[in-house]
Amino acid sequence: MSQTDTRKPTLREWLLTDTPTSRFHARMAALYNGWLTLRSNTMAMIGLGILLFLLLIAAFAPWIAPMDPLAQDLGGRLAPPGTDGHILGTDSLGRDILSRLIYGSRITLYIVTLVAIIAPGVGLLVGTVSGYIGGWTDAILMRITDIFLAFPRLVLALAFVAALGAGIENAVLAISITAWPPYARIARAETLTIRNSDYISAVKLQGARPLRIITKHIWPLCISSLIVRVTLDMAGVILAAAGLGFLGLGAQPPSPEWGAMIAEGRRFILDSWWVATMPGLAIFTVSLAFNLLGDGLRDVLDPKEGGS
Amino acid sequence: MSELHFKDLNVWFGEGADRVDAVKHATFDVPSGASFGLVGESGSGKSTILRALVGLVPTWSGKMSVGGKQLGPKRTREFFKEVQMVFQDPYASLHPRHSVDQVLGETLKLHGFRGIDKRIEKLLADVGLGPAFRFRYPHQLSGGQRQRVAIARALAPEPTVLLLDEPTSALDVSVQAEVLNLLADLREEHKLTYLMVSHDLAVVAHMCEATAVMQNGEIVEMLSVEDMRAMRAKNPYTQHLLESASGYNPSAEQSA
Repeated sequence: MSQTDTRKPTLREWLLTDTPTSRFHARMAALYNGWLTLRSNTMAMIGLGILLFLLLIAAFAPWIAPMDPLAQDLGGRLAPPGTDGHILGTDSLGRDILSRLIYGSRITLYIVTLVAIIAPGVGLLVGTVSGYIGGWTDAILMRITDIFLAFPRLVLALAFVAALGAGIENAVLAISITAWPPYARIARAETLTIRNSDYISAVKLQGARPLRIITKHIWPLCISSLIVRVTLDMAGVILAAAGLGFLGLGAQPPSPEWGAMIAEGRRFILDSWWVATMPGLAIFTVSLAFNLLGDGLRDVLDPKEGGS
Repeated sequence: MSELHFKDLNVWFGEGADRVDAVKHATFDVPSGASFGLVGESGSGKSTILRALVGLVPTWSGKMSVGGKQLGPKRTREFFKEVQMVFQDPYASLHPRHSVDQVLGETLKLHGFRGIDKRIEKLLADVGLGPAFRFRYPHQLSGGQRQRVAIARALAPEPTVLLLDEPTSALDVSVQAEVLNLLADLREEHKLTYLMVSHDLAVVAHMCEATAVMQNGEIVEMLSVEDMRAMRAKNPYTQHLLESASGYNPSAEQSA
């Protein structure tokens, strides 16, 4: 940003001011401060970069992908990377692996986004209501949470998918149903530390009702730790989706879901390592990116840090 | 006429074997427009009386009335329009994610005021904060400034009674005087009734006309400010308290 000697403050100065002049200004300044903290964390920026890259790839898949992800070529099956313009080789039906990975990023993002909205949403609602109201409500909601937690995650997801029928949407639903209890636990724990604080007492003294206190005063303080947890969980979600795909209960062939691709490549893993390895690397990279970003977000969003 | 009336107030925490009686048989009156102090050591139950009055502690028995109206187990919005409270620690009493504007705006909205923008500016001016502070977050404010915001929030519903729970004990000595003077001015200006809790006798002698001394949940003595300055106490505990205070702060009786 160039420093000029005009009387009007530059955008940077405007954002870094200690004395915001409007609601919008204050919010923008707070956001900018958060961005500066995040930017100073190199690893988090690498994670963010990878995820933005994935987003672009998913958005422009038809233009980027060199070939049709579904076009089969049985003559050129299991071609090693680099042959005939197949940069990452071909799979057992002669489909270009790179193109399949590029199209598969759409499915991955779809699953991740839906789970990232549903699971923490349900968890936040259950956890904060349970923590704030307490008593019987708390006991009942937390025992339900315990029941969900007691099942191994993949087994429960399997049961749901088996009952609902195979497919991506049902896989998303099943993963969300198994993923919300930890969020509810976190939200409840946060709520318990917040509910007796003076600032909650203070707003009670203004005659605020529980609904307002939960949504306007408790949620903003819980959401940051949930967001961090979501980004750390995303790797697990991708793997769970892959696991369901691997068992044939997630995305159905021929759709190029990364987990399903690994499942397919498993049969040739000794002779044609690239068929399973390439989607494995993709899952690994994206999981790592989410983890790195989550670590950085924790520094930015922790309310105890105060953002300054 | 007495604005606040407490008769045989008992407050306890826990049930059965765990029951702790925090306040026992407290009876006192605060006249309208007066400033009344509750003094005692930590754990003597003085803050608990305030918390029971505003409904933050539901386990109490006895009689409490505000402006002649008897209080039941629930507090209505009309009650909070009349009685407001300033908390002890300004670092804990402001929501860390809400700007000053949000804090005051929400309070005004909850009480159904109109012309909120103008009122926020007026409130900030009342407590000696300029409009520059309006959009700041708590972490951008000092302790004294935070306490001023907390006082502005308590004044927003235009109450007649202000409960002060050790409003200066978390602040630097230099800032304490500023906040106390602000509170004294506001009382004059808005014709407020104060019920103030403190363990600092100098503060109470400066702010209040009458004082109740508490020990182990019981009111052991009522003192007027003259008695206090002259150190005329009948109860040995009160005498001890007065002596220890003057020992630490020899100028307390003159300066107040």
